[in-house]
Amino acid sequence: MKKIIGSLGVLVLVIVVAIGTLTTHNVSENTLDKLREKYPEKHIPSVDHSKFPQLQKKFSSPREVTAECIACHNKSAEQVMHSNHWNWEREEYIEGRGIVSIGKKNAMNNFCIGTQGNEKSCAKCHIGYGMDEKGLSFTDANNIDCLVCHDNTETYAKASNQGGAPVMTLDFNKIAENVGPPKRTNCGVCHFFGGGGDNVKHGDLSSLMFYPTNEIDVHMDADGVDLQCVDCHTTEQHTIAGKMYSLSSMNHNRAFCEDCHTSTPHSKEILNEHTLKVACQTCHIPIYAKEKSTKMFWDWSKAGKLKNGEPYSEEDSLGNHTYLSIKGSFVWERDIKPEYQWFNGTASHYLEGDIISDTTKPLVMNQLNGSYSDSESKIIPVKVHRAIQPYDPINKILIQPKLYSDNKGEGAFWVDFDWETASTEGMKDAGLPFSGKVDFIETEMNWPINHQVSTSKSSVQCAECHTRENSRLAQLNDFYMPGRDYSKVIDLIGIWNIILALFGILIHGTFRFIAAKKLKNGVNE
Amino acid sequence: MTKKVYVYRSFERFWHWLQAILIIFLAFSGFEIHGLYKFFGFEEAVLYHNIAAYLFIILIVFAIFWHFTTGEWRQYIPTYKNLSKQMQYYLWGMFKNEPHPTKKTVLRKLNPMQKLTYFGLKVLVIPVMVTSGLLYMLFRYPQGNEIQYLNIASLEIIALVHTIAAFFLISFVIVHLYLITTGETLTSNLKAMLTGYEELEDDDESETKKLEENK
Repeated sequence: MKKIIGSLGVLVLVIVVAIGTLTTHNVSENTLDKLREKYPEKHIPSVDHSKFPQLQKKFSSPREVTAECIACHNKSAEQVMHSNHWNWEREEYIEGRGIVSIGKKNAMNNFCIGTQGNEKSCAKCHIGYGMDEKGLSFTDANNIDCLVCHDNTETYAKASNQGGAPVMTLDFNKIAENVGPPKRTNCGVCHFFGGGGDNVKHGDLSSLMFYPTNEIDVHMDADGVDLQCVDCHTTEQHTIAGKMYSLSSMNHNRAFCEDCHTSTPHSKEILNEHTLKVACQTCHIPIYAKEKSTKMFWDWSKAGKLKNGEPYSEEDSLGNHTYLSIKGSFVWERDIKPEYQWFNGTASHYLEGDIISDTTKPLVMNQLNGSYSDSESKIIPVKVHRAIQPYDPINKILIQPKLYSDNKGEGAFWVDFDWETASTEGMKDAGLPFSGKVDFIETEMNWPINHQVSTSKSSVQCAECHTRENSRLAQLNDFYMPGRDYSKVIDLIGIWNIILALFGILIHGTFRFIAAKKLKNGVNE
Repeated sequence: MTKKVYVYRSFERFWHWLQAILIIFLAFSGFEIHGLYKFFGFEEAVLYHNIAAYLFIILIVFAIFWHFTTGEWRQYIPTYKNLSKQMQYYLWGMFKNEPHPTKKTVLRKLNPMQKLTYFGLKVLVIPVMVTSGLLYMLFRYPQGNEIQYLNIASLEIIALVHTIAAFFLISFVIVHLYLITTGETLTSNLKAMLTGYEELEDDDESETKKLEENK
């Protein structure tokens, strides 16, 4: 009877092990299969623009093209003029500040610092024409640059320092007749070159993303699923989902991996459990700036050195600028492990004129809000761009220098190389006070990493975070993580407890051995 | 006069040895998760630790059932009677070749020190281990922060309690492995737990009778 109970127990245990190890849930396969079916479907346009006579007339300016676009698409101009792409600012609620208007117009960064006074140059990446120092393109619908986003010929290009105007040698008829949904090339010409060069700002958006391989990005893999930017950055009425927290502050209109993949996409349940606190990107983007370097450090204080009265540049072996007289010295890196931060979808920003409360530690230009205890927060990978940039030590505000000008003598730093006049002019344009003193302060800017998703095989492994040494999450110490954390006191007491037990056994055993020997001898005698 | 007596029944031995294997395996995989060394790899260590943990819990359920249906749970009721004598025996009586102060019988398998220790394990260390382990495994997941009342803010306390209990268990296993050599001969206790039979002083007819009935 007892033997039967015993073997019954064994049988039950074996069954449980089998269930425990063999059961996996198969949501992931189905979801992935569905996605793989959905996205390669070819887009069939509803109209053929080459058949429209109004697009076959001779265009002498891009504004004339726009006029024809909005003659048929007669509500699109209104949509575009409500978009962030057009306005360079939006109303946002920021914790502790209330509702503010924030955007490229008034936020500052630690690359080229800000747009104020430099609009003509910055407008190369504005979706409009005719931007001048006062930002005056913002009210005229004919200034909308439809083509930069909708050209499907991949020939459209903007001219430098022309307030957003295109190169005038383009074949506008060919372009206008071949418009369609934006492709990676349309978005990429601006967004892959933010900060004035390939992959300078984002780190996860380089020119390799035009036609990436599977290793660079599994989604946009040109030979694979070949997703376009707008497949994830879904767009309604010219409002595009997903934004960058260099400028945005609010937790709305975001694009999530979960939108397609669900929040429990893994076959291993223990991985699905992680998605409550860990963003997908954290494990699935083990490195960013793949193959193409990104700027990690920018020292403005070194700018302005001249050789024989002329500005000069220095490059590293990969062709990245390490020094430019107009901008200072740089550190570039590639194939970088991200830093990690808690993030709940809201950020606060340093805006023009904000007083720096503590000038002894680095100023965070865009603080990503979040913590372990905040149930909305997840761990995300971040590129932290560090810089040393000019500030006014008397007024304790960051300086917006005037950088670009067509002519010498207007105080622009990139022409005249003088911090004081560049600051005086820049601060005047921005309507900010300037004491006349220029000093430099360390700043940090956070760029959440969302692209260059790796194959599942190369995703971050458990032990890269769950380890005592060199954990990827070593910086995040507001919570207990198995494998990384332990109590030194408990471990010390526990290990000494074991040592003392062994020591006690050794002593006791020795006494027993001696006693037994004595006894034996006694018997023998 | 000694007689070979059937002391440990088959389920008891099965329970004991499976428990021993599981505790050692749980400790080995557990301290890898704790970060003390690398063997399975973190992911596998967690997987195996969790499976072994569920097996252990099932075993405990069976053992509790067995203890109550057989009445064997009474063996573990702690007593102060003879406790100090037993301690004195281990501290010096043993070296003078004095006899065991507690006579081992089928109805009294445990000496007072064993009773106290195993009672402590059963009502304190194992329950703490199981409870903290279950909380550790199920921490925040079953309700995903949806139910405030079930929300546990931090894993830290759970993990530290689990660690403390683990160190206790390890120390127990070490001392236990040594103390089983203190039977009539070095291996008589081990043999008894393997075969179920042990040479016991035959001075109680009624107990032997009961034993026969049980068989």
